[in-house]
Amino acid sequence: MAQNTRTVPVGTPTDVTQNHVKGGIGESTLRPDGTLKVTGEFAYSSDMWHEDMLWGQILRSTVAHAEIVSIDTSEALTMDGVYAVLTHEDLPAAKNYGMEFQDTPVLAYGKVRHHGEPVALVAADHPETARRAAAKIRIEYRELPVITDEASATAPDAILVHENRDDHHSGHVPHPNIVHRQPIIRGNAAEAAKRADVIVTGEYTFGMQDQAFLGPESGLAVPAEDGGVDLYVATQWLHSDLKQIAPCLGLPEEKVRMTMAGVGGAFGGREDISMQILASILALRTGKPVKMVYNRYESFFGHVHRHPAKLWYEHGATKDGKLTHMKCKIVLDGGAYASSTASVVGNASSLSVGPYVIEDVEIEAIGLYTNNPPCGAMRGFGAVQACFAYEAQMDKLAAKLGMDPVELRQLNAMEQGTIMPTGQVVDSPAPVAELLRRVKARPMPPERQWETAGEGADVRALPGGLSNTTHGESVVRGVGYAVGIKNVGFSEGFDDYSTAKIRMEVINGEAVATVHTAMAEVGQGGVTIHAQIARTELGVQQVTIHPADTQVGSAGSTSAGRQTYMTGGAIKNSCEIVREKVLEIGRRKFGSYHPAWANAELLLEGGKVVTDGGEALASIADVLGDQSVEVEEEWRHRPTQAFDLVTGQGDGHVQYAFAAHRAVVEVDTELGLVKVIELACAQDVGKAVNPLSVVGQIQGGTTQGLGVAVMEEIIVDPKTAKVRNPSFTDYLIPTILDTPTIPVDYLELADPNAPYGVRGIGEAPTLSSTPAVLAAIRAATGLELNKTPVRPEALTGTL
Amino acid sequence: MDFLRPASWEEALAAKAEHPTAVPLSGGTDVMVEINFDHRRPEYLLDLNRIELLREWEVGEENVRLGAAVPYTQIMENLRAELPGLALASHTVASPQIRNRGGVGGNLGTASPAGDAHPALLAAGAEVEVESVRGSRFIPIDEFYTGVKRNALQPDELIKTVHIKKADGPQQYSKVGTRNAMVIAVCAFGLALHPETRTVRTGIGSAAPTPIRAKEAEAFLNAALEEGGFWDNGKIITPSIAKQFADLCSGAANPIDDVRGTAKYRRHAVGIMARRQLGWTWEQYRGSGRTLEGAA
Amino acid sequence: MRVNFTVNGRPQEADDVWEGESLLYVLRERMGLPGSKNACEQGECGSCTVRLDGVPVCSCLVAAGQVEGREVVTVEGLAEFAKERSEHAGCASGACGTSLDAAKKWEAKPGQDSQTGEGVELSPIQQAFIDAGAVQCGFCTPGLLVAADEMLERNPSPTDADIREALSGNLCRCTGYEKILDAVRLAAARQERQGEAV
Repeated sequence: MAQNTRTVPVGTPTDVTQNHVKGGIGESTLRPDGTLKVTGEFAYSSDMWHEDMLWGQILRSTVAHAEIVSIDTSEALTMDGVYAVLTHEDLPAAKNYGMEFQDTPVLAYGKVRHHGEPVALVAADHPETARRAAAKIRIEYRELPVITDEASATAPDAILVHENRDDHHSGHVPHPNIVHRQPIIRGNAAEAAKRADVIVTGEYTFGMQDQAFLGPESGLAVPAEDGGVDLYVATQWLHSDLKQIAPCLGLPEEKVRMTMAGVGGAFGGREDISMQILASILALRTGKPVKMVYNRYESFFGHVHRHPAKLWYEHGATKDGKLTHMKCKIVLDGGAYASSTASVVGNASSLSVGPYVIEDVEIEAIGLYTNNPPCGAMRGFGAVQACFAYEAQMDKLAAKLGMDPVELRQLNAMEQGTIMPTGQVVDSPAPVAELLRRVKARPMPPERQWETAGEGADVRALPGGLSNTTHGESVVRGVGYAVGIKNVGFSEGFDDYSTAKIRMEVINGEAVATVHTAMAEVGQGGVTIHAQIARTELGVQQVTIHPADTQVGSAGSTSAGRQTYMTGGAIKNSCEIVREKVLEIGRRKFGSYHPAWANAELLLEGGKVVTDGGEALASIADVLGDQSVEVEEEWRHRPTQAFDLVTGQGDGHVQYAFAAHRAVVEVDTELGLVKVIELACAQDVGKAVNPLSVVGQIQGGTTQGLGVAVMEEIIVDPKTAKVRNPSFTDYLIPTILDTPTIPVDYLELADPNAPYGVRGIGEAPTLSSTPAVLAAIRAATGLELNKTPVRPEALTGTL
Repeated sequence: MDFLRPASWEEALAAKAEHPTAVPLSGGTDVMVEINFDHRRPEYLLDLNRIELLREWEVGEENVRLGAAVPYTQIMENLRAELPGLALASHTVASPQIRNRGGVGGNLGTASPAGDAHPALLAAGAEVEVESVRGSRFIPIDEFYTGVKRNALQPDELIKTVHIKKADGPQQYSKVGTRNAMVIAVCAFGLALHPETRTVRTGIGSAAPTPIRAKEAEAFLNAALEEGGFWDNGKIITPSIAKQFADLCSGAANPIDDVRGTAKYRRHAVGIMARRQLGWTWEQYRGSGRTLEGAA
Repeated sequence: MRVNFTVNGRPQEADDVWEGESLLYVLRERMGLPGSKNACEQGECGSCTVRLDGVPVCSCLVAAGQVEGREVVTVEGLAEFAKERSEHAGCASGACGTSLDAAKKWEAKPGQDSQTGEGVELSPIQQAFIDAGAVQCGFCTPGLLVAADEMLERNPSPTDADIREALSGNLCRCTGYEKILDAVRLAAARQERQGEAV
């Protein structure tokens, strides 16, 4: 069993709040939705059902780049059971949508820009009828050359993926096929390079990863009597969806009522719109409820992926291991539509230095428009690709210097007070060296675990697993380390806020609180934490979590590791206001009976109003009587700044998060098969609001990093820009036999700027996991390995 | 689409004779994927789940008569001694859930070069008993695969039983995939020693348009073993013999580059698996032990 | 076509079934039992695992017509199924049949909290998944529960390697599987303690 250790926090702000109710912050409270999820009754977006509902079906482009010559829907329309067949000509209002750039057509018009782009739409009474009708739509394409990389995108005669750009980055980019470019210049890298005794360079390639959430894109749109629509969908950000959906339907936002349906995982892949607008259009057009469910094939086309990247790095160091300078260029392939590419570029650029002190840097990151599948948010958001490359560089440098790779990292590790290349001061704990020390100090897992007391080898413990490829032959162990830095929350001057509506009232003689936010529960356990915060702040046992919807203000996105910080912060803030109001009622009602009402610091604890000395003054139920208190407030983190477009300077980030990994792998060096034996993680979490959830997040993030290290990649044909493996048969994610023991050691060093000292935890482990596994494979094989995922071919010289 | 549910083998044969385009459906692990993803819309689905005889097996003197629909789980659990190679192959099939449904008849019917059972059947030696209303016939496994996803069945025939030689010596099976479970073969290899006839047989999967034997490698090894008196003296096979055998197995492969792997890797991996399996099986034979079960 | 079969001990009938429909679709869209999940529909994730005549299978790969006259247990019936098993010393598999009384019990769930599901009787494996933190998004959970429950029925004291092998057909994208292993170990340990107590 994984040994998880916890470091007791010192002086966290939480220490002043005593929990007199069960299930407050810091406890491993169990999920409120757990019972529904284990009984199969939790309603996910694909479980929605309505009397008389129709099924929506999308027809997607079979080519990546082409002019649409004609679309003929006549035959499809004549089919029994078909209620609507729509193309771009039938769109009711705005034809484009998008989170940062409104560049994405609801249904393609003029041309298609990537394989699998939605072109036409069917509603029918059975999914098979809808499929058959879609198959009868005739589309004539005139194919165009495909743009698939930096060279073809920026060639002088390159076709523009989008003509007439008028987005906020179009003015400064060097080429219209570049979505955004973010340089960062600090110090003088060329000059500093002269001080270097050793210089290492490397070119790295990061493959396109898929979020591969298990619950496919799906939902139900129900037309309403007022001409609006009620939409039940799985998303990461209701209000962002709403802002994009309403204009495309030609409806005011209040007529588009969104309710969060159960979300089967997200990992960034639900930050953009998928079927929301299309199902709504069909519902409004047919006057009937419309359900849409992507199958796994379609899901690979239905959401953005992690940007594949090319990265060039140069690092220098003095012979005693002090880093002198770093130069890098990072090219991220954004695919056909921008999604969040510009922000990913900002992240990749500003975090490209890693968790190290380097004063002289020359950084450039660009995001491309190509005809490859659109890329956007995925756990780690731009920092993942950079971490893979700079950590490979650290190992290379250590080898060249003859130094221990962990010592080299510790020697150059940033700490609180370090200045980032952007000029931003890291102003809260940054225990980089300590995290490395902890993973390194762990005992090694036993060798040759496949040997059994009985006769043969237990192949389940060997590379190849059940496939019985080795009984121990050519199996070599390797150990690797990595550490990463990730920002938490939305950066670069974005007005990032969350909203919490808290209601307190007396039901059956007991004071109860209701927490209403629009936070997307995607599995991370936000609903558990919200109740914990309300219990802690309001001193009540009973907390009801209201379903997330658009009847309350925006909670922002469930991404960037921000929800415990942001919606947690919003709930804390609203609870504090509720508490003041409750106390005010108490003072009016009971103030004359006891001087403490006026003089003492008062708290709500254990269902009572108590003084800071612990004296109970009244029960909350008596204070409230038949009154209720309700507060809805927005809450913001401290403001950030945009990065300067020339120098990259600016206090762009809210908070930084750090994690380190040690990977122990065993490689069958002849067949090039890998088994990860252990993947230990140490991470600073600021404050573990729910320790069980914290460990679960770290283990899950670690495993996604492992996946991209050894197996996960969407393979796009460079000649046609078509996806070659859109299935779970050929896009592989780790099974339980691929996933090792993941011991987690977390620190709780409070961030004084964050509520309860919390630090976003979901993303950092996804960063360092991948390079740690790569480093371990390099250690086992002696190969350079500059591309992820590492395929057997790369380990056996058979590419 | 029509769903035919014959209650007996005779009814099934009659249905297939009447509707030769009917697609036999047993474990569903291939056909249902194609239906779910709209790759195939057969006019008729011919459900074979009701036919008990397809789920039965019998161990005879020389052969195991394996019903076409005996699930892989049953083969793993009940036929390890008689069919060690096939039992090992069965254990590599997809997932426990799939092994509970799929059987050898499905692999043979689909005749994909990636079917996990093929190399084990080729190495052990087998005949496929197929039947139609016109009568039954036995197709040697070496003649069964006729092209990419094509086999020697006539449109009105159904696969009834696979007659597999009981192991008279050690057998092995490995497959290479890029995941440690639930993976389709990048390539696979099976090897069976037949001490009674002093021969070896091989099977290669996913490394040619059809499952194949490495016949040249077999002939070389048969001769080398004979010449060196290895069957009698039980000496360790020399590294040079093992290497040449492995190289010939590699050479027998005629793979392609695809999304699962390169041709070059497949050829390489076949050689490694061949060399290792020769070592494992020969160790078992020498030790004999004659422990006939797979080592894993 | 029409299909008759038994789900969680109750006879069910589905009408106008398209011949290409899977058991998964019929359960989810025709019988109001969406607990079995539609994650891949190609037998590569295990989210739709149900027991067909006692055997765990991917319901996405079983044609609806193939279940005529057969017994299916889904995650919705797992608690009742496990209860039957513990009361009848191991004979709760679908093949053994479930009494009509038991089937009726399965339907009745008084005192259930609609929000949290509190008050529902859970099987040991279901409770262990909650207690061990093995549930995050929960989409893989139903299939894992059916598979894990069946493994513990066959192998009450599994090693870690046994658990990993038995669950190797069930993908989870959230947890990294560690807490799923914890949950199965916990259920096995509780089962053992309960066995000793009897």
